[in-house]
Amino acid sequence: MKQIIVVGNGMVGYKFCEKFVAKAEAKDFKVTVFGEEPRPAYDRVHLSEYFENQDAKALEMAPREWYEENGIELITSELVTDIHRDSKTITTVKDREFSYDYLVLATGSSAFVPPIKGVEKEGVFVYRTIEDLEGMLAYAAKLKETNPGAKAAVLGGGLLGLEAGKAVMDMGLEPHIVEFANKLMPRQLDSRSSQVLKLKLESIGLNIHLSKATNQILGNKAITAMEFGEDDVLDVDMLIISAGIRPRDELGKTCGLEMGVRGGIVVDNKMQTSDENIYAIGEIALYNQMIYGLVAPGYDMAGVAVDQIIGEAESLMPEEIDMSTKLKLIGVDVASFGEPFMPASKGHSIIFENKTQHLYKRINVSLDGKSLLGGILVGDASDYSMLHQIYLNGMKIPEDPAQLILPAGEGGASFGDVMDLPDEAQICSCESVTKGQICGVIESGEATDLGDVVSCTKAGTGCGGCKPMVADLTNATLKSLGIEVKEGVCEHFELSRQDLYKIIQVKGYTAFNEVLDNHGTGGHGCELCKPLVASLLASINADTANKEYAIQDSNDRFMANIQRNGTYSIVPRVPGGEITPDKLIALGQIAKKYDLYTKVTGGVRIDLFGATLSQLPIIWKELIDHGFESGHAYGKSLRTVKTCVGSTWCRYGMDESVSFGIELENRYRGIRAPHKIKGGVSGCIRECAEARGKDFGLIAVEGGWNLYLGGNGGATPRHAELFAEQIDNETVIKYIDRYLMFYMRTAKPLQRTAAWQERLEGGIDYLREVIIDDKLGIVADLDEEMQTLVNKFECEWTQAVNDPEAMKRFSHFVNSEEEDDNLVFVPMRDQKMPQQWN
Amino acid sequence: MEAVLETYKTTKLEEVTVWFKAAKISDFAKDGGACVKYKDKQIAVFNFARTNTWYACQNVCPHKMEMVLSRGMIGDDKGTPKVACPLHKKTFSLENGENLNGDLDAIATYPVKIEGENVYIGFSD
Ligand code: SRM
Ligand SMILES: Cc1cc2nc3c(=O)[nH]c(=O)nc-3n(C[C@H](O)[C@H](O)[C@H](O)COP(=O)(O)OP(=O)(O)OC[C@H]3O[C@@H](n4cnc5c(N)ncnc54)[C@H](O)[C@@H]3O)c2cc1C
Ligand code: SF4
Ligand code: FES
Repeated sequence: MKQIIVVGNGMVGYKFCEKFVAKAEAKDFKVTVFGEEPRPAYDRVHLSEYFENQDAKALEMAPREWYEENGIELITSELVTDIHRDSKTITTVKDREFSYDYLVLATGSSAFVPPIKGVEKEGVFVYRTIEDLEGMLAYAAKLKETNPGAKAAVLGGGLLGLEAGKAVMDMGLEPHIVEFANKLMPRQLDSRSSQVLKLKLESIGLNIHLSKATNQILGNKAITAMEFGEDDVLDVDMLIISAGIRPRDELGKTCGLEMGVRGGIVVDNKMQTSDENIYAIGEIALYNQMIYGLVAPGYDMAGVAVDQIIGEAESLMPEEIDMSTKLKLIGVDVASFGEPFMPASKGHSIIFENKTQHLYKRINVSLDGKSLLGGILVGDASDYSMLHQIYLNGMKIPEDPAQLILPAGEGGASFGDVMDLPDEAQICSCESVTKGQICGVIESGEATDLGDVVSCTKAGTGCGGCKPMVADLTNATLKSLGIEVKEGVCEHFELSRQDLYKIIQVKGYTAFNEVLDNHGTGGHGCELCKPLVASLLASINADTANKEYAIQDSNDRFMANIQRNGTYSIVPRVPGGEITPDKLIALGQIAKKYDLYTKVTGGVRIDLFGATLSQLPIIWKELIDHGFESGHAYGKSLRTVKTCVGSTWCRYGMDESVSFGIELENRYRGIRAPHKIKGGVSGCIRECAEARGKDFGLIAVEGGWNLYLGGNGGATPRHAELFAEQIDNETVIKYIDRYLMFYMRTAKPLQRTAAWQERLEGGIDYLREVIIDDKLGIVADLDEEMQTLVNKFECEWTQAVNDPEAMKRFSHFVNSEEEDDNLVFVPMRDQKMPQQWN
Repeated sequence: MEAVLETYKTTKLEEVTVWFKAAKISDFAKDGGACVKYKDKQIAVFNFARTNTWYACQNVCPHKMEMVLSRGMIGDDKGTPKVACPLHKKTFSLENGENLNGDLDAIATYPVKIEGENVYIGFSD
């Protein structure tokens, strides 16, 4: 039995163990691992997630038991201090001695702290370990107690620095990034893309300081400022240093291994150091005179070292190492792959830039225009995976390479089907999983869905960047095998939403039980299929939520949004945001009478919070008497059509945006859809109504309206796409009618127009063919269906307060008039709020 | 806050000492629920009309201690009758109170019987 000692239990040290135990030869070896940190190896790449939940367990690569189960001895909190090459032993900080046959150094790197005067002050941190983050959180919390406006800077505007900047922002401190170079991410980006990134980051609140050399850090005990020049000082209360990494090569140095001039332990393509019994892998290993600060090459090194030790001599580290990276950050897409910068002598660059949208895309193409050499994406990196694959596999590119980066609809073409990739294409670089492996586990029947594929191959379990592609491959392979990709809505229906839509329409069903009895798998239904069928019945028959309230989603059931403490909010419709003083006064008086918290919403109307279930109909009755109606703020239905004042008052207005906005809001009020729908109407291109951030948006231009479709804010913001230009009011309505109806017919449950449109094959061009050219021959139906919904509109709250049967549901108890005695409100800024959850 | 949970203990059919007349069948929505007040307790009662079966449980959701379960949607999970909390859609078995999509503590359940047009809930206190 031979003894292997692994020094360092970080990501790569762990990966060595994982790959080792998978080998049959592992039984001939005993593996002992030493880690300096107190816990077993964790996922440093996702370290920032620790800020969200402080859950160290969730970051673990594998629990401690895993090592035991696999016969690996894991010794944590014990630094290895010396290597004695003659006796083939090591000693630890506890003065214990161990012998080895093979030694694997996986000691990684530490954050580089530049020798600036004052770096030792309190409040200065590095960003590398869980303990670092704990320190920062505690310090930031203390700062905020005394100074709510506290500021923190990050020294270094590279990949990691920007991630740290986001962390600072999340901790609620004013974020600053200080970079020595004259651009951000100097290793990955060219000057123009870096400029675009800077604008984008500034727009979300990061303060960026370029070309700043820090002379010293000021403050008595704790940091108070950074000094750049004599009169150039930035006041900050905390500093995170992210100025690069330094390999932790002390062990190599003292035992006389061959070292790089600037540190790192030299290895060859077998991962062997100058001592044949000692290997070095990960961020400690100097390969090709480089330290690779990414996990993927580290994992490959671990694999090579494992193979070499068990005697697979032909397993070698490749000459070229892919350094493509995609920044996982703040909702700002940044990626660079292959050769991001390229001298004109080696190829041509094609650049697409749109500063107003913070968009920059560059690709570098070989002189013969046949292959992709590299590129940079800022603002929209959705094509990264495919471009990266095209680059890695030397795949053919379109004759006009510009199509690779032009936005769809402006000359861009959808290109590159995932199934065209060669089998060797590496889809997941962290876990080295190829397309062939992914398709293989499906073809062999080992995996039948995405979850299986991930657990069989580990694809997507590293940085996660390849997940969309793994999903696409899985679906395409299943399809090619004739296996239907299950789109059933839940265990009660094997049908998709689209199928159910057609069935209900054709059979003319009017109740949930009819649909379940005739087309379901039995049982009672559940919280997924009930609201779905409710929404379909509403979209097809214009049923309101009163008709069958027990199948409605929780909020629709009581026609109000439930709040934290089980009370409700009330949002009357204010079409287009236009409201008379009398109505405003009425809202104020009603809110005052029932002691409701009031707030202007992000959707240009007024929300009244804190009504109990039994108060809802009483308050609504009063609102209705003052001319209000339901705002459907609770439904997957039309919310608001936001308007700007337009030509009614504004000196720049090109058309009456308020009048048109009101008309549209009144037209579509009450219709229920797969998800909520919002509109916007702006009087000119200054776009004060944010129309392009809505499901449908209009901007008045010379000669009519420009119509934009498929935008939203929310978690994944997307601008709406230009659908038609300079059209009149009537045409606008015709197109929106058809668009919404087509969406309601075909989208998946809870899919917003943006996500639906994005996945629609053919995109906006296809929509034009359907809506304008009537390619599917359905526009007459769409027009009629929408007109029926518009004609059948009835305010469901007016319905409810006039119907004793519908009113029954609005009391807290069936057997008592009393209210919920569990409610506690506390005062807040002259109003009230529910007591905090603990 | 968690103290409120102490009020609710699962009662088995054989432990029932009091059958409390809660309300009429017609007071409950078909395939829906309503809340019943019994002494200092709030009890959620559900009418699974498709099979004419009834269930009762505590109204308080053990996730955030709010009195809301009676307003949740009901249905079944592979045959097990369940309620989904209207606040964050945690689901609970109405047979044994178990949290089906998480690891919250089980909720207390109570027997229900129907006599004539009335709904009764069984308690042991
Ligand atoms: C009240 C309000 C916040 C405010 O105080 O301003 C609000 C409150 C809620 N929003 Fe919102 N959103 C409000 C404007 C917005 C806006 C701004 C806008 O409309 O211009 C957005 C971004 C624009 C957009 O939708 O594209 C917005 C994006 C969301 C999203 C993300 C949607 C997405 O597609 O990603 C959700 C979650 C969802 O719907 O699944 C959401 C969900 C919610 C819910 C319903 C969450 C919930 O289930 O409890 C909140 C209910 C509040 C209540 O009880 O009334 N809210 N929400 C705003 C009500 C506007 C209104 O008058 O109806
Ligand atoms: C915040 C952050 C974000 C990152 N994001 C990405 C990303 O998006 N993509 C990407 O590819 N990479 C990313 N990285 C880099 C990636 O985490 C590293 O490349 C990877 O962790 C290197 O693994 P390693 O095992 O070589 O080193 P480490 O993970 O640093 O592990 C080395 C371990 O050895 C221990 N050790 C050192 N000396 C001794 C000794 N003498 N005795 C015992 N133990 C010792 C150390 O305490 C440490 O636990 C990120 C890094 C950070 C900090
Ligand atoms: S942003 Fe989040 S917290 Fe704020 S109202 Fe919308 S859903 Fe609620
Ligand atoms: S309060 Fe019930 S699920 Fe959160």
